[in-house]
Amino acid sequence: MINSETSPPALSIQSLSVRYANHTALQDASLEVASGELMAVVGPSGCGKSSMLSAVNRMTDLIPGARVSGSVLIDDKDVLAGKMDVQQLRRQVGMVFQQPNPFPLSIAENILFALREHGVRNKADLEQRMEQALTSTGLWDEVKDRLQAPALGLSGGQQQRLCFARALALQPRVLLLDEPCSALDPIASATVERLIASLKGRYTLLMVTHNLAQARRLADHLSVCWVRDGCGCVLDSGPTLDLFENERHPLAYQYLNGVLC
Amino acid sequence: MSNSELWRGRALGLLALLVMVAPLSLLISVFGEGLQSLSWSFLIDEPLQAGRAGGIGPIILSTALVLLICMSLALPLGLGAALFLAQEVRPDSRLNLLLQWALDGLGAVPSVVFGLFGYRVFVVEFGWGYSLLAGGCTLACMILPLFIRGTEQALRDCPNSYNQAAAGLAISRFGYLRRILLPVAAPGIAGALVLSAGRALAETAVLLFTAGYVMRWPESVFDSGRTLAVHIYDLAMNVSGGGPSSSATALVLLSFAMAIQLLAWRIGKKTFSRETKK
Repeated sequence: MINSETSPPALSIQSLSVRYANHTALQDASLEVASGELMAVVGPSGCGKSSMLSAVNRMTDLIPGARVSGSVLIDDKDVLAGKMDVQQLRRQVGMVFQQPNPFPLSIAENILFALREHGVRNKADLEQRMEQALTSTGLWDEVKDRLQAPALGLSGGQQQRLCFARALALQPRVLLLDEPCSALDPIASATVERLIASLKGRYTLLMVTHNLAQARRLADHLSVCWVRDGCGCVLDSGPTLDLFENERHPLAYQYLNGVLC
Repeated sequence: MSNSELWRGRALGLLALLVMVAPLSLLISVFGEGLQSLSWSFLIDEPLQAGRAGGIGPIILSTALVLLICMSLALPLGLGAALFLAQEVRPDSRLNLLLQWALDGLGAVPSVVFGLFGYRVFVVEFGWGYSLLAGGCTLACMILPLFIRGTEQALRDCPNSYNQAAAGLAISRFGYLRRILLPVAAPGIAGALVLSAGRALAETAVLLFTAGYVMRWPESVFDSGRTLAVHIYDLAMNVSGGGPSSSATALVLLSFAMAIQLLAWRIGKKTFSRETKK
């Protein structure tokens, strides 16, 4: 069954490297996300941000030729260990992608399908958890009268919130957000941003973004990645404002303040 | 729209009409000659005088049986093979190259060679003799490459983002197949099925020496039977005065082909609209 412990876990990434068939996407990256905090990962394209994210819930397993080394600890359990139950892991670690990708099913089925897959059979349970998930993403009032309508008929922002709802319905403890707003218009983006802010505290969040202003608004901690010798790496991590305002690491400081393009 | 564009459009339209002249005139001649001999009794009666008179009842039944055997073999085998190709074999792997090469090779084999194979294996080795079963099985072999290729393409066309989403939600492979992949690919699979059924329906060479050309009512799948296409061929080539019956049979065959097409189109459209439209 789905784990519903109360406090979200701490996430610790230690000397993580991700290699694909012919290049190294991420080299020796380390960072710590405290329980219930949101850490934003920023940096130029190709610096291995998304690779880092997909190593956390082992989505890298899907990429042929991908090799991951180092360790990713969730509550002191290494998710990269061979004996890790990947299905169990992905229930605990939800993921939202850059492009909203609801299934070509009805709005309700998008959530119910996943729940049923995880053994929730009781009809009242199903409905209650669906309503809860839709409410927590602010979608319930918008869609409660057309739950049977196709999810692909929703607007981009609504689709993305449905993807959040779908992930939240499984009661994960960690959420990975891979540029969740970058495919949305500014207004939809603002709505999703409010949603993300409301999730802090209840989930441990790791978010990749290209939007520095958004990172500054949302993140408790920030991690700046960079490309060095063709591989991605972490330049500096720390409290968001500290990184933005103090020149702890010259390159990171310049990047965050737009001096460097 | 500017004047030159208008003229270009008209010229293209004319060209399109010209291209359609050959098939259209064929259709008109088949309709013209066929309609005169067509009647309810033609559809259900036994043929008389080698097919010059009577109807094509047993032939329609034989055709349906051969097609049923063929499709019920090709559908599970082909779908399984296509799922394996689309899900398990990496597009850039050597195995994929080898399998695609084999499939395309098989697809390019002339049907008469499949006929020889079917004759040797099903008719002789398996001892089924000239029979609907042997014909159906041979036809299944013949259309499998086409069906597998079409189905594989339909499966590969399913957006990878669904697969990602399903993996992210820890959805089982079977759940993903049943609820997402197959429904999304259904129109494409239906299309491949129809294309294959059309090929099977039109086939004569393969059936001449596997299913035979007996005109009687088939009593079991081990009986020899003559399909519509074989009947047309026989009437046109071997029976003097078989022209009108031949045209009428061609009309029936054409109607079946169009009906199957329509059906698949409807299935595809329905699935599609249920899943994606408002």
